[in-house]
Amino acid sequence: MKYQPVIGLEVHVQLLTNTKIFCGCSTKFGAEPNSQTCPVCLGLPGALPVLNKKVVEFAIKAGLSTNCSITPRSIFARKNYFYPDLPKGYQISQFEDPICQWGWLDIKVEGQELKRIGITRIHMEEDAGKLVHGDSEMNDGSGVDLNRACTPLLEVVSEPDLRTSDEAVIYLKQLHQIVTWLGICDGNMEEGSFRCDANVSVMPVGSDKLGTRAEIKNVNSFKFVKQAIEYEIQRQIELIEDGGTVVQETRLFDPNSGKTRSMRSKEEAHDYRYFPDPDLVPLVISDEWIERTRQELPELPEQRQQRFMAELGLPLYDAEVLTASRALADYFEAGVAAHDNAKAVANWVMGEITRALNDSGAAIEICPVSPTQLGGLLKLIDSGTISGKIAKTVFDEMWKSGKAAHIIVEEQGLVQVSDSSAIESIIDGIMAANTGQVEEYRGGKEKVFGFFVGQVMKVSKGKANPSVVNELLLNKLKG
Amino acid sequence: MKMTIADVENVARLARLELSPEDKELFAVQMAAILGYVEKLNELNTEGIVPTSHAVPMENAFRKDEVQPSIGLGRALANAPRKTGTFFAVPKVIE
Amino acid sequence: MNIIDMTIHEMHAALKGRQISSVEAVTSMLQRIESVEPKVGSFITVTSEQALSAAKSADDDIARGVCGQLTGIPLAIKDIFLTEGTRTTCGSRILENFVPPYSASSWEKLHQSGAVLLGKLNQDEFAMGSSNESSAYGTTRNPWDTSCIPGGSSGGSAAAVAAREATATLGTDTGGSIRQPASHCGCVGLKPTYGRVSRYGVIAYASSLDQVGPLTRDVTDSAIMLEAIAGYDPKDSTSVDTPVPDYRSALTHGVKGLRIGLPKEYFISGLDPDVQKAMESAIDTYRRLGAEFVDISLPHTDYAVATYYLIATAEASSNLARYDGVRFGHRAEADGLLDMYTKSRSDGFGTEVKRRIMLGTYALSSGYYDAYYVKAQKVRTLIMNDFIKAFEDVDVMLTPVAPTPAFKIGEKINDPLQMYLSDIFTIPVNLAGTCAMSLPAGFSASGLPIGLQLIGKPFGEETILKAGYSFEQATEWHNRKATI
Repeated sequence: MKYQPVIGLEVHVQLLTNTKIFCGCSTKFGAEPNSQTCPVCLGLPGALPVLNKKVVEFAIKAGLSTNCSITPRSIFARKNYFYPDLPKGYQISQFEDPICQWGWLDIKVEGQELKRIGITRIHMEEDAGKLVHGDSEMNDGSGVDLNRACTPLLEVVSEPDLRTSDEAVIYLKQLHQIVTWLGICDGNMEEGSFRCDANVSVMPVGSDKLGTRAEIKNVNSFKFVKQAIEYEIQRQIELIEDGGTVVQETRLFDPNSGKTRSMRSKEEAHDYRYFPDPDLVPLVISDEWIERTRQELPELPEQRQQRFMAELGLPLYDAEVLTASRALADYFEAGVAAHDNAKAVANWVMGEITRALNDSGAAIEICPVSPTQLGGLLKLIDSGTISGKIAKTVFDEMWKSGKAAHIIVEEQGLVQVSDSSAIESIIDGIMAANTGQVEEYRGGKEKVFGFFVGQVMKVSKGKANPSVVNELLLNKLKG
Repeated sequence: MKMTIADVENVARLARLELSPEDKELFAVQMAAILGYVEKLNELNTEGIVPTSHAVPMENAFRKDEVQPSIGLGRALANAPRKTGTFFAVPKVIE
Repeated sequence: MNIIDMTIHEMHAALKGRQISSVEAVTSMLQRIESVEPKVGSFITVTSEQALSAAKSADDDIARGVCGQLTGIPLAIKDIFLTEGTRTTCGSRILENFVPPYSASSWEKLHQSGAVLLGKLNQDEFAMGSSNESSAYGTTRNPWDTSCIPGGSSGGSAAAVAAREATATLGTDTGGSIRQPASHCGCVGLKPTYGRVSRYGVIAYASSLDQVGPLTRDVTDSAIMLEAIAGYDPKDSTSVDTPVPDYRSALTHGVKGLRIGLPKEYFISGLDPDVQKAMESAIDTYRRLGAEFVDISLPHTDYAVATYYLIATAEASSNLARYDGVRFGHRAEADGLLDMYTKSRSDGFGTEVKRRIMLGTYALSSGYYDAYYVKAQKVRTLIMNDFIKAFEDVDVMLTPVAPTPAFKIGEKINDPLQMYLSDIFTIPVNLAGTCAMSLPAGFSASGLPIGLQLIGKPFGEETILKAGYSFEQATEWHNRKATI
């Protein structure tokens, strides 16, 4: 029998706010355990939560960027369960009436039409603390660090619209691109700023009855998402073929083995006893607030790609590469503003700039060559002041020194020589010194032409204008 | 309204309470009596009535995203029954 | 005049006029506490040393000419208010050694006003009770008759005022926990409108119902205390940002033409005859003062207790989840995590607290949530609407506080439902979120105080204070003292 996998993703997006969602403690990563805490995030008796407005603004932005409806009146609820990393014995989250609902993303699977993936809801909630095990000082116990407790999260829940691990990864990458593009999440998957749980089930092809799903936790890289889903699909199919049944459970992905395993400790049936948190008041979002936020939204990657193609005439490939991040797209556009040749700027950004960034391990945000400087360099090429070859030398120097292109060209005397009499005298000298090759050429061995070009460039230290060299050489060699 | 010992045990498990056999018996009887009394609410037709969370209407209480000083490790850990380094210590959590 | 018998305003005059010092006032109170505590048991913790040093600095302030209404006044507060550096137990074993790293906003305000803290007062565990019998630190006794309960849950707060162990106190009221003990102990107890006083740093019982208020010797003191603690607190999302009026200046405006409603559901056949008599005489007094009476109805009164015990216990079951033995509080020896939770909580909580956690957990659990919790929230809407409608016609309501005077210790301890039903007249006010006051209005044949409840519109504290003050001026009940 053939099986159809059905996949839905629940993504936790940690928001880039200065402070926690319900208290003023810093959210900086890496502080000494429990040093960034206060009565509220420690869950001390008598402490009360107060909502960080920035979290709401970020949630609205995320909702508008994923085609969601913004709920005019949303509320916070308590999700009750006991766990040592959960200080109050409940997590403040949203249950009924989350802030965003009914959205979607159109994903691009290579060689296929756009596919629409539904987004059921996006809600705000607080993160739990961190548990540390295996420290020798813990005496076989665990340690609780509450620095992360109460950090703001958005949970983005997709519909079970995904059918393959590739689709899941593409959806996830697109969502990752949007939240980092919006500047509401740093997207760092290693530090847990962007985390994914996958709900996976299989059903016989042609069936309309969904199979029992397993929820896979801890799939925190794009690679692992693919691995975990593929493993889980295979596991479920084998289980069914062997006459077994899939049980609804939470499974943990182990990146070392590439397998998922049942989380026994969480097997106990949950009854979260959600109810509206009486310590918080309803969140009312006016149309005016939504509109104001819409105005503040940056142009999203999809829209920007379209514009790069329509207005700047870039091919699809270039437009996609250049919108990989907002910073890269911004860099590219600033480059075009400095030098009005989009294709040339695109080639340089995707070529030399990307190579140099990769070599030095730097990010585009701190690129030593500014877009204006890049534009200056390209101007010199397009005006014929320097050759493309020299331009690479100039670029390396710009990267090292931070100087403008024209200053380097001037200082090092790299201006291209296009004066025909100067080039002619070089050619004459070379032909006189290589009479044998001249004879060969005239005897029909046209390959030798390249030898002469090389010699001219060598003597001129690369400064001779290649097209002038070509033209003069052809004439002279003909005799 | 009936409340069995098993019902009581279930609720106690959710609430992380350990009850003595006598308490279980007692609570089964008392909870049944109280829940029986509470059933009188069913005399009222509440169709279409909006539930009230707060009697005084309130909405949109916010704080600005500005860092306030934390209370400091010493005070954060001062009441901890057990700690290791600057962690709160608990029995091993198995995942 | 004896220092321990003084009201806040009398003591303020004496301090300001330099007839007495704060150190003298505090010393007298501490002596009084020492002599009557064995009989009353109002306090869980007495902070003598800090009190004396605070009194000294208050005297310094007074010497420099700084003497606010509360400067140097010896107060005590329910042990539900967090006090930085001073143990706070909430009447529970589970917090036996809890020394908070921060203070409740309401106490902080009193402290900033120069008030001196004598100590932390006994209460029902986690404010769950109507008799102070659920305290882990012994039952407080009624100063008028020590075989009787003082009421609860702010029983220590009421008994300390009645026994003259503190000039005034602070309590909390979730279903009557200020008004009922005030009534049983013959003092003035005010429950402000929900949102009027910050709940920050007050250990939560039922968050949508809890409210902080004063217990005092007279209405003037009540106004002084309320003015000191009221107001918006950015740390409490449910505190309301409306200006705090000058409550004291409104006191003397009189009740001529005031429309007082008598809800028929509160004058039922089961009412104790002494309570009935006290109400009738109070109505006569107000008539003489020029008030008008209107018969009104609050038709859903009979459903209030059921509604309350679902909402309050549900919220409490969640509020009390943080007592897990990890970051603070009692931690039992245990093998394994689950064992740590259940043992710590079972050792730490008393029976009444466990009973309410169980009820609340049940009411929120899967399959019952709509039938119990949501249903209760809907009936809460009906109860609220009763008040809104009735207040279209009247300025205040007059009712008894409790159906009977203080009952005997042990009398209702084994019948929780009967205990819950004794709060029938106070609970609706919390559900409706409005304000109400209990004030002395007579005595039973056996000499126990009887309180009268004035219920005001939301944020109508000025009106009930004014009405209370007029009554107090026309009667002598508040001048009687418990002999202990």
